[in-house]
Amino acid sequence: MTTRTIEVNALARVEGEGALYVRTEGDRVAEVKLRIYEPPRFFEGFLVGRDFREVPDITARICGICPVAYQMGASQAMEQICGVSLDGTLEDLRRLIYCGEWLESHGLHVFMLHLPDFLGYPDGITMARDYPELVRNGLRIKKIGNALMRLVGGREVHPVNLKLGGFYRAPTPAEVAALREDLAWGLEATAEALEFLAGLEFPDFEMDYEFVSLVHPDEYPILHGRIGSSSGLDAPVEDYDRIFTESHVIHSNALHSHLSDSGRPAVMGPMARFALNRERLTPRAAALADKAGLGAVCRNPFKSILVRMVEIAFAFEEALRLVDVYRAPTRPAVDMTPRAGTGYGATEAPRGICYHRYTLDDDGIIQDAKIVAPTSVNQPSIEADLHGFVQANLDLPDDQLRHRCEQAIRNYDPCISCATHFLDLTMDRG
Amino acid sequence: MNHALVIGIGNPWRGDDGVGAAVVRALSGHPGLETIHCHGEPAELMDLWAGFDQVFLVDAVVTGGAPGTMLRLSADQPLPRPARHSSHGLGLAEAVELARALGELPPQLVIYGIEVESLDDGAGLSPAVAAAVPEIVETIVGELQQRKVAKTQRVQNGF
Repeated sequence: MTTRTIEVNALARVEGEGALYVRTEGDRVAEVKLRIYEPPRFFEGFLVGRDFREVPDITARICGICPVAYQMGASQAMEQICGVSLDGTLEDLRRLIYCGEWLESHGLHVFMLHLPDFLGYPDGITMARDYPELVRNGLRIKKIGNALMRLVGGREVHPVNLKLGGFYRAPTPAEVAALREDLAWGLEATAEALEFLAGLEFPDFEMDYEFVSLVHPDEYPILHGRIGSSSGLDAPVEDYDRIFTESHVIHSNALHSHLSDSGRPAVMGPMARFALNRERLTPRAAALADKAGLGAVCRNPFKSILVRMVEIAFAFEEALRLVDVYRAPTRPAVDMTPRAGTGYGATEAPRGICYHRYTLDDDGIIQDAKIVAPTSVNQPSIEADLHGFVQANLDLPDDQLRHRCEQAIRNYDPCISCATHFLDLTMDRG
Repeated sequence: MNHALVIGIGNPWRGDDGVGAAVVRALSGHPGLETIHCHGEPAELMDLWAGFDQVFLVDAVVTGGAPGTMLRLSADQPLPRPARHSSHGLGLAEAVELARALGELPPQLVIYGIEVESLDDGAGLSPAVAAAVPEIVETIVGELQQRKVAKTQRVQNGF
């Protein structure tokens, strides 16, 4: 029996450090491993013993791409414990900066990390020589995301203007209005780029996913919602730990997650949000999704690039709406007094649900912390995709198959550094 | 007219990574020269240098040389790009090569890399790197003068 191995020892165009190992025996895939060897980062451990007000600044450091997701989830959990809620204007500002994060993250991934796979280039720089306008527009889309982050968050990366209960300083209406022109440009540029992307060739490959995302009755989910799934799950965020079971696999420094009831892996992120919330997309984004040929649900992971692009259009459209209704809040933040308790927070990071749970004592000192990044939840699905794709394409020569496998991983825009959360490390050395 | 810009790159809160900012501080107010500090994001860099015909980038480097050693690279040639496995942040060489691919490089772009000793949080520049700052400043001013002279000569010779 012939044994083939496909190995990529250091994955490129993903955030963080990971490797891929596939072994086939004869005409069957015997083993697939997405090896995440980036060391664990122990953020949950650092947080224990710290003051509750420190969480937005500490958790922001988990990721340079999606810091807002961590800041928001952590803040929501603390606000829940302290019994505080934010008024509409402050919630809108949070949604606005979150749109900036989606634009930054999706913009970079679509144009610089994912698109080269489809157009046959080793990287975005080489691709830029032949597609300068596309890359230039992609960079500008990302830059508009940066501008949103800078205005509301104080700076582009690891924002410093976010605090529990709101912000240190709220932008003036004039500052917010100044974003309008760029946002309007971005929406048009996105529509144009999506038309191009819809014409790409996609491998004929679909999976029967269990999609999980936040679901909100009135809006495409970013900051709020219940946990929903394609098999009808509908539960409050507080049930997260019951819904998912985390387990350690030896080849990854990021805990794997499975749905506790079915034992199935889940898919989070753009495809899941789209599948469960399509009818709540903003009008233009919904029309663009139609035009791009995306049906009610997209089960081809290679087409996630189209869904991401639709979400970029949504983020521009939503940011435009928020900019237009903005008025300065009466105060930039709500005061918080600590009390003992356990609180939960979950928001839609660019890659899916980012879940937080904290327990405080009477003085607001953190007793326990749990943070789950969507990439860690997506790991088993990435491996299932690889298994399915390799099985269906065993006739491809090694180099082509290897390339397609890398692309299958990049379909998820995995943020490996975020994913390496660890609660307990148990080493079994036989 | 000489239209020159010095961009200092790096995080001043991370020890010797602040060398770019230190050079920018030392050159601030120098006649015929604009200065700015930034984080080196590609689109940001391209925006900053648009319209300048002579641009100097100053950044910390780690190549294994003695701390404070100055490395000069001209963007006339493609820059060496180390293999990167994490690409959510593009390195400076990648930013320059991306700008080249997009036809957005300034006519003259010189990169000064300063070998670092320590990148500790909250630390200032190490003595070796601090001592190199005046030398970098002098070198940049020298290059600026040279180009001025060369330009004047070209004008005098009728080019």
